[in-house]
Amino acid sequence: MKTLSRWFSRNLIRIYMVLGFGYLFVPVAYTFAFSFNDYIKSNLVWRGFTLNNWKQPCGVLDVCPALGNSIKIGLLATFIATILGTLIAFALGRYAFRGRAVTNTLIFLPMASPELVLGASLLTIFLNLGMNLGFWTIVIAHVMFCISFVVVTVKARIASLDPRLEQAAMDLYADEKETFRRITFPLVAPGIAGAALLAFSLSFDDFIITNFNSGTTITFPLYVYTHAERGLPAQANVIGSAMFFLALLIVVAGQIVGKKVKVGK
Amino acid sequence: MADASTSAKGDLKLTNITKSFGDFKAVDDLTLTIPEGSFFALLGPSGCGKTTTLRMIAGLEDPTSGKISIGSTDITNKRPYQRPVNTVFQNYALFPHLTIFENIAFGLRRRGIKDVKEQVDKVLNLVELPHLADRKPTQLSGGQQQRIAVARAIVNRPALLLLDEPLGALDLKLRRQMQIELKWIQTEVGLTFVHVTHDQEEAMTMADTIAVMNEGRIEQMGSPAELYDNPKTAFVANFLGQSNLIQGTIVDSDGDYHVVDLFGQKAKVLKSRTHSKSNSVLYAIRPEKLRIDTENNHRPGNVFTGGHIVDVSYIGVSTQYQVEMPWKQEIMVFEQNDDGIPPLDKGDEVTLSWEPAFSFALDGAQDATAGSEVNPEEE
Repeated sequence: MKTLSRWFSRNLIRIYMVLGFGYLFVPVAYTFAFSFNDYIKSNLVWRGFTLNNWKQPCGVLDVCPALGNSIKIGLLATFIATILGTLIAFALGRYAFRGRAVTNTLIFLPMASPELVLGASLLTIFLNLGMNLGFWTIVIAHVMFCISFVVVTVKARIASLDPRLEQAAMDLYADEKETFRRITFPLVAPGIAGAALLAFSLSFDDFIITNFNSGTTITFPLYVYTHAERGLPAQANVIGSAMFFLALLIVVAGQIVGKKVKVGK
Repeated sequence: MADASTSAKGDLKLTNITKSFGDFKAVDDLTLTIPEGSFFALLGPSGCGKTTTLRMIAGLEDPTSGKISIGSTDITNKRPYQRPVNTVFQNYALFPHLTIFENIAFGLRRRGIKDVKEQVDKVLNLVELPHLADRKPTQLSGGQQQRIAVARAIVNRPALLLLDEPLGALDLKLRRQMQIELKWIQTEVGLTFVHVTHDQEEAMTMADTIAVMNEGRIEQMGSPAELYDNPKTAFVANFLGQSNLIQGTIVDSDGDYHVVDLFGQKAKVLKSRTHSKSNSVLYAIRPEKLRIDTENNHRPGNVFTGGHIVDVSYIGVSTQYQVEMPWKQEIMVFEQNDDGIPPLDKGDEVTLSWEPAFSFALDGAQDATAGSEVNPEEE
């Protein structure tokens, strides 16, 4: 009894860690497990193991076109938001100009505003402009809310960059362009990459704003939502799990590359 | 090594350079010539404008007015990368994402030099770190980073090498060693070095010529010995080493000497070493030039009588005495422990004597403590 309590107190942190991670990952594990469920109509009850869902991820009507839309929209929105956000971050981080403080505050607003409000007002704007809702209105909406996150992420990286490094490059015969290409950009790049990943994941799983502005276009989150009532196919679990492992892979790869860059060899 | 970068050669000339930040004049109408091939130090307390001056020479700061030229080439409006000038930054500013080799090769590659490898290897050998070529800067010690920063600059054979407090981040022992090394490298490569520092010992060890800066102006310029032995202002006298400055009045003339009355005692000072506009002077004598003796046993020369010792610090090679004079001023005396005579005691009545030729006299209107209360370590 005494040894048991000693073992318990010694491993308290470990037990706590297991419980903590369990809390975080049980839903993911559940999703993953049910992607192997031999389901009929509704994927809520375990009916036996099968690999069929993984063999035919597009086996259900509309799921893959929805996924395709989400990926296309995510990539486009990420691309545009990352470029615009990075430029804004450089302007805010490197130059003193009239209205910088105001801009700094305004940039935070889209992050702080409720998505419902943003989605509804975007819808109003699109309707007033007479735009057809669909793929491009979703892209525009996603770029809008991703920019703030990109700016904040990249700006943090720029702030940590010693301006003397750029001065040293200029001192060593690199003109403004070369300095940016050889010194500034490589040193800020990890921040930009992180911002892009963040933007993609925000765009990929956005539901609220997309729902307002999608017209007849179906993205993956919209598909999951509309099918959840009627019974979600296990293919949704397959795609969800695949996305999770892909993200995990990217993070791990990023850390390995980051470590290599730091250590040098 | 081939001379590739230098389209301009010759003396560096600053003409009426002023740099204002709002109402504050960091550098105030500075005119200065730094001869080609010299090791020149800009010495002064923090905020005296020395770093701003250096940054203007590098092109990292634009002068508000004035002109900078190297030889006959005006570089005032040239961008930093258009100047035959390279800088060793205070924190080294090595590029963290590049190897040591690529750090050093950076300037050569930007100028399209062909034999990059050969030149980088050569300079790595010069700073004795050829085995570190493939490392990243963060894997190097402070002293090694410092040498790489020097290598990265001198590999370009600039007309001017600027050093901004290059040894500030190193510990004392390493700093001493690097002082000697830098001086050796300068002799070896024969470039003009302009060295900015707040450390008077560092400036005196390395530089041929020192300009002492204070509040955006040059107080005095000269060789280390000239500045130490014949300072022209109280600031220079106090900033370089220690001085006893005693308020007095010139009362008479005796050949090459002025006779000065110091609280009733007479002392002589060379006319050529008197820098005063009026008869009111600060009579100055360095602590190590003073000899200390018991009352009736003094040596020839100028003499102060009636002092008594208030403090004794025995520090091995010498003994430092604080002697209170009849006019209540404390005079510092450094006595070499070279004759085996045990040091005098606290409370002893003493006589101070010195060679008249070793003293100097400054304008009596200035603050006698100028330059002494500045904490040189403060940055």
